[in-house]
Amino acid sequence: MVEVTLWGGLRPLADNQQSVTIEAKTIREMLRKLAERYPGLSGPIKNDVAVAIDGVIFRDDWSQVIPPDAEVFLMRRLAGG
Amino acid sequence: MSFDAAYHEKKLNSVGTRPLRPDGVDKVTGKARYGADFNVPGQLVARVLRSPHAHARIVNIDTSRAEAAKGVKAVVTAADFPDLTNGNAEMYAILDNCMARNKVMYDGHAVAAVAAIDAKSARDALRLIKVEYEVLPHVVDVDAAMLPDAPVLNDSVFTGGVEPTPTTPSNVCNRAEFGHGDVEAGFAKADVIIERSYKTEQTHQGYIEPHACVATCNKDGTAELWVCTQGHFVFRQNCADLLGLDASKLRVTSSEIGGGFGGKTHVWTEPVALALSRKAGRSVKLVMAREEVFRASGPTSATSIDVKLGATKDGKITAGLATLRYTGGPYPGMWAELGAMTSFACYDLENVKTVGFEVLVNRPKVAAYRAPSAPMAAFAVESAVDELAHKIGMDAVDFRIKNAAQEGSKSSYGPVYGPIGIGPTLDAAKTHAHMSAPLGPNQGRGMACGFWFNFGGQTSSNMNIGMDGTVSISVGTIDVGGSRASMALIAAEELGISYDDIKVVIGDTNTLGYNDMTDGSRGTFSSSMATVSAARNAIEVMRKRAAITWDIPEEDVYWEDGHAKAAGSKYGNLSPLSVAEIAAESGNTGGPIAGHSELIADGAGVSFATHICDVEVDPETGSTSVIRYTVIQDAGKAVHPDYVEGQYQGGAAQGIGWALNEEYIYGEDGRLQNAGFLDYRVPVCSDLPMIDTQILEIPNPNHPYGVRGVGETSIVPPLAAIANAVSNAVGVRMSHVPVSPPRILAALKAEANG
Repeated sequence: MVEVTLWGGLRPLADNQQSVTIEAKTIREMLRKLAERYPGLSGPIKNDVAVAIDGVIFRDDWSQVIPPDAEVFLMRRLAGG
Repeated sequence: MSFDAAYHEKKLNSVGTRPLRPDGVDKVTGKARYGADFNVPGQLVARVLRSPHAHARIVNIDTSRAEAAKGVKAVVTAADFPDLTNGNAEMYAILDNCMARNKVMYDGHAVAAVAAIDAKSARDALRLIKVEYEVLPHVVDVDAAMLPDAPVLNDSVFTGGVEPTPTTPSNVCNRAEFGHGDVEAGFAKADVIIERSYKTEQTHQGYIEPHACVATCNKDGTAELWVCTQGHFVFRQNCADLLGLDASKLRVTSSEIGGGFGGKTHVWTEPVALALSRKAGRSVKLVMAREEVFRASGPTSATSIDVKLGATKDGKITAGLATLRYTGGPYPGMWAELGAMTSFACYDLENVKTVGFEVLVNRPKVAAYRAPSAPMAAFAVESAVDELAHKIGMDAVDFRIKNAAQEGSKSSYGPVYGPIGIGPTLDAAKTHAHMSAPLGPNQGRGMACGFWFNFGGQTSSNMNIGMDGTVSISVGTIDVGGSRASMALIAAEELGISYDDIKVVIGDTNTLGYNDMTDGSRGTFSSSMATVSAARNAIEVMRKRAAITWDIPEEDVYWEDGHAKAAGSKYGNLSPLSVAEIAAESGNTGGPIAGHSELIADGAGVSFATHICDVEVDPETGSTSVIRYTVIQDAGKAVHPDYVEGQYQGGAAQGIGWALNEEYIYGEDGRLQNAGFLDYRVPVCSDLPMIDTQILEIPNPNHPYGVRGVGETSIVPPLAAIANAVSNAVGVRMSHVPVSPPRILAALKAEANG
């Protein structure tokens, strides 16, 4: 099981949950199941998220495996210069 | 991704050396072709008509006289840009910014454009376009725009991120909050608390080369764009989306780039040039004048920030609180949110809270500027950290070392850190000779830390082995900071050949798979990963070709030291085959030899820096001279140390300009008063000392050579480092950047008057 923490802007779209527990082995599976459980998250997940696993931020590699007991954060996709 | 990106320590021959930069001679002799250096036969010249008002409704545009003028081949307005954005607010903002639709939102906003046979005809035609405006009240100041009676820029904007959603529109388009713990409880434990408000003014990226492009739309639906950009694949997609073109039929070729720093991650005039070409049936060249670059291409945010910071007498920070207000120009962005995420990222805080407000104002649409939003947040927080250290009588470096984030610290933006490099940069600062050098009269020393995220992204690379054994590489990330040299070094290391036998070019959008832009300090990090992958794929091909040549099983051939070698004693008579020898036989062993890679480079890892600077302030004029400056930053691995040092120095130089002089100055009428390098003063060589650098190399575990992005973090600490140095020199806390002579004199006068 993965406990994923949502950034503040997502919480109203997920029944005001700060964190959600999901059975998932990869980022892709986690995001798909999150969108299934909270359809309001579909838009942000499609366009606007990055995922931090144990402090390392992944913007695109949704095949990344989530280790057991990893700390997982959903973050805004970042802009850079 | 089957490619193993994990770091493995090994002996290096090429990576870490300093060969001559391959682009240097062309750049200093004028041979390099920048955006405006490209021409095609029969091209038209375009000019853009821009709003003289900060905020106005467009009642009518009459282009008939311009269209009839001699030499004019096309005129476009918003009517030529139908809304194809399908509800995508971000793309709609880009569309509206390229050509104002119903209202002009800032001084310089484009309202029409002309393509004519020469520049004079185009300029003359602009004067024939009659625009009827209904001038509206404007607001350019971030705090004024948040007041209840401020002119509202967009009636459909209601503050997001608050519950319940407001029922009246506002210039505050979003609120974002980060943090953990209980800040009030933390402040209750503090022996000393600093509470102060800060402001930073809007600055431009200030790249030497203005935006320039040549656009050609053909009748068969194909099109070409030559352009100065940080991301030709992104420009292709944006232009295709805005104009209804097929992306794969729009070939975008990037020019050499004369600086971007985030400002060339965004389309400004390119869709306009393509629309003019489509209408005229001719190629169109559009080059922005410097004044247009300032007025109408993205500067960074102006900000207003409140910081409250508490600590115990023995130097432990008990709580940090920051409220950050960032301008976004007339369209929503995530600039304050980035400031809120980065502001306390250097520290291990039990109680921290940051709140960011995105604020709409009648200024140009903000674009990313090198570690976007982080320098302003760092200015506020690092100023408060310095002041707090002084107040409890602790050395500023020791205070930061005591509170620095480390592996296992919960970051202020949420996740727990893995291995990070803030501690080593502070330790290096502590022992650096600069820290103990004596200071003279009117001189002060300041230091500050900085943080930036860094990221990777989609990346492609093609490697072709020539029949003579030399190698050409195409990459899709624009070289803004020396990445071509770094790619050649990486490929030389992988293949075991000489750096001089490798030529690296930037491929156009039809020759490579999609690439994200060169932003987020990703150029060398991402493209070197793809180049390593492409090289290893090419080696795999060469290993097979050696097996064919020797007529032995593939599994009996291995690669070592730039050669294919036969394994085992039974092949004892076979001499190893070099890249050149394998390549020479390629015509009879299966044809051309190449390696390709398309991958996602992720796991870039966060980045930290510590800067030290000494200034001397003339108490009579308020003029500040930077007399010594030192940058200490972790590069993971410096592939070509000259370029890494260049990035460190360049970021520091830009930050020094931001800290001391650069600012957008608006008149009462909301018009920009200093749209040129005479009045908007960036530092030149004679303003700066030699900027010393210290490269730390703590390998990034998520890159084969341990590389980290280095391009952005170096601009984060300078605002605070300079402001701290000036404050220490004059004995008055400076809280408004730029710390220009008038502000220093005003602060000294206020202090003298009590």
